[in-house]
Amino acid sequence: MQDARLYSLSAIFQTPDEIAHAAEQTVERGYTAFDVHSPYPLHGMPRAMGLKASKLGYVTLVFGLSGAALALFFMWWVNVIEYPLVIGGKPLFQLPAFIPVTFEVTVLMAAIFTVVGMLFVIFRFPNTSHQLHDTPYMKAVSSDKYGLTIQALDPLFDEERVREFLQDLGAVEIHRIQFDAEEIEARPRIFEPRFVTLLILVALLVGPSTYIILNHVLYMPPFDWMMEQQKINPQMKSELFADGFGMRSPVEGTVARGHLPYPFKGQPDLAGKFLVNPILPTESVLELGKKKYDTFCSPCHGNFGDGDSRLRGQFPNPPTLHSDKSRGWSDGMIFHVVTEGQNIMPSYASQIKERDRWAVVHYVRALLRAKHATEADLR
Amino acid sequence: MKTPLQIEFQQKALPTRLTSLAWVMIGAGAALAVAAWYVDGPRAAFNNVVMFMMLASIGIGSLFLISLEYVAGAVWSTPMRRVSEILAFIIPVTGVAALPMFLNLHDLFHWTHAEAVEADAILKGKSPYLNVTFFGIRFVATFAIWYLFYHFITRNSRKQDSTGDQLFTRRNIRLSAIFIPVFAVTVTFLAIDWIMSLEPHWFSTIFGVYYFSGTMLAALAAATIAIILLHENGYFGTLLRRDHFYSLGALMFAFVNFWAYIAFSQYLLIWYANLPEETFWMTRRWEGGWEFLSLALIVVHFVVPYVGLLAQEAKMNPRRLKIMAIWILFAHFIDLYWLVMPTHHESFFFGWMEVGFPLLSVGIVLLVFILRYRKTSLIPTGDPKLKRGLDFRL
Repeated sequence: MQDARLYSLSAIFQTPDEIAHAAEQTVERGYTAFDVHSPYPLHGMPRAMGLKASKLGYVTLVFGLSGAALALFFMWWVNVIEYPLVIGGKPLFQLPAFIPVTFEVTVLMAAIFTVVGMLFVIFRFPNTSHQLHDTPYMKAVSSDKYGLTIQALDPLFDEERVREFLQDLGAVEIHRIQFDAEEIEARPRIFEPRFVTLLILVALLVGPSTYIILNHVLYMPPFDWMMEQQKINPQMKSELFADGFGMRSPVEGTVARGHLPYPFKGQPDLAGKFLVNPILPTESVLELGKKKYDTFCSPCHGNFGDGDSRLRGQFPNPPTLHSDKSRGWSDGMIFHVVTEGQNIMPSYASQIKERDRWAVVHYVRALLRAKHATEADLR
Repeated sequence: MKTPLQIEFQQKALPTRLTSLAWVMIGAGAALAVAAWYVDGPRAAFNNVVMFMMLASIGIGSLFLISLEYVAGAVWSTPMRRVSEILAFIIPVTGVAALPMFLNLHDLFHWTHAEAVEADAILKGKSPYLNVTFFGIRFVATFAIWYLFYHFITRNSRKQDSTGDQLFTRRNIRLSAIFIPVFAVTVTFLAIDWIMSLEPHWFSTIFGVYYFSGTMLAALAAATIAIILLHENGYFGTLLRRDHFYSLGALMFAFVNFWAYIAFSQYLLIWYANLPEETFWMTRRWEGGWEFLSLALIVVHFVVPYVGLLAQEAKMNPRRLKIMAIWILFAHFIDLYWLVMPTHHESFFFGWMEVGFPLLSVGIVLLVFILRYRKTSLIPTGDPKLKRGLDFRL
């Protein structure tokens, strides 16, 4: 660098053929810090200038793939970990349904970060000035001329030789472009307090105004179509039936699905004799039983069936389940008590489903066995 | 950037070796096909469906590409349009290749059995469309219409070589504008008749579009292979440059994505709705070894071409583009195999019978190309768009 204040020597050419030739020659001479300007895109110019493919593609690739990974991870986390909900009988991780969203997020991330990368990395936003701005050279090449500019920071730059070289190529004018005083001092301005303050102000303005506009100015009541259905709710009057009752009793002699009446009503002995636990005590069944026991049984019977109620006398404490009497009960008997209630214990048939009650029986068995483990259990 | 106003173009003759190669392939393929027909008639018929649809894809897809160029006023493809015009001559040959299948209609199509239709309410409901008479009418009409459009469009194009009259371009634009909607309807009929009705209980409203995406890929790939082979052996002189190949590659890349988009749309709706009358077609392809082909299809038809064509250099470099074009043609064959074959047998199969028909179809395409090449100038020398097409830059 000969002159710190010199930015470049810029030459103006008359025809596109000349500029293409000039670009090729410049590459041949070994100059690397140069650029070509023309009022419209010139075919074949990237090749004449020996330009390599832009690195911006890698930004797109990296952020596109991150978008895909992020979208998949988020949907997996929501649907499998945080709020597992079976939809349409599909597995929790339903890849086909996730693909459209993943695709959209991939494209969105890739597009946004390509623009952001271009603005902030390549164009160095918020730095908006360029040495060539407002020069006669730039005015000429943005209307009807073609320009080639060789920067002073090029290692091969020598002002006299470059001037000669450009003249030999047939330049009609050669401009000496110099830095402005403030451009010499220029620093990246992305962390400049003024710019950061501007960003914060914009955020402060956009956030609340969006909130106010969407929630107060343009407020739309939430859809309530599903709440306001034309249907007969319980206890409502019906116009359809002559007797005007909205609630109908089942057809004579029928039983609704899942509502088989309990056959051992008031017959604990028969229940204990004939009822057999229909499910196997697998790990998941014991898990289920524990959940139901802890929810419905443990407030009175205690977490381990010791009869140590948590209700502090608001309801009489039941006897322990570990007594010899209750340990001698069959599964069917325990099930009967859960289903029908006993003494002041109410029926739990409406709170706990039939299958779950059987799971509770398994869990109670496990509790009993835990407190009365035999030698064989320990092995 | 200087091109002479008058194109200096001397058409070279194709080597005779190529003709022998084509005849050898046809001979071997036909021998295997006939043998397969005697050993296992139904299986041969299903193979014939794959071959027929493959040839139809290339032929009708090429004609569509030509009409697309006219309607869109594209110039980049003008110097290479003749290759598609030559390939479009496969259309009448395809019609002939379909005839053996009429011997095995009963093996191919469940809906041709009168007693089965009588006992089945769904088939009975579809019988106004799915009956042999109407099927035959559709077949004849479709190919007649296609051949007429092919005949008039290419005749105008060839006449222009000597006169250079702009009038022929105008006529072809008009013909193409009529052809495109006709094509949309007829290609849907073709896909429904010959592939979807193999499983007459199944239906998918997007199926015509699905097959269309395949025809575009097959036609583009076949044209690309021919163009690059001709270019590499100097038949185009120095007329074509990287910009032309890039455009071919970019269009192919677009249709690779289009195919994936359509295929996934079809799958997603069936998977989501989970209706037994739709899903059985998919579950058929998810059992008995077909699941591996289904998974391979995603890789072969989408992942590999997508990655292979993504880089700019891959589309500009004729060698790499040629390899991808061959791959895409192969992928289209796999696609058709996947569409047609699981209907024939519930477990995966591939044997010597399946080799004969692809060999035969390659031979047919090659021979058609050679015969047609002799009668056509490789460059549409009279086309007013030609010079702009040769000067084409990205």
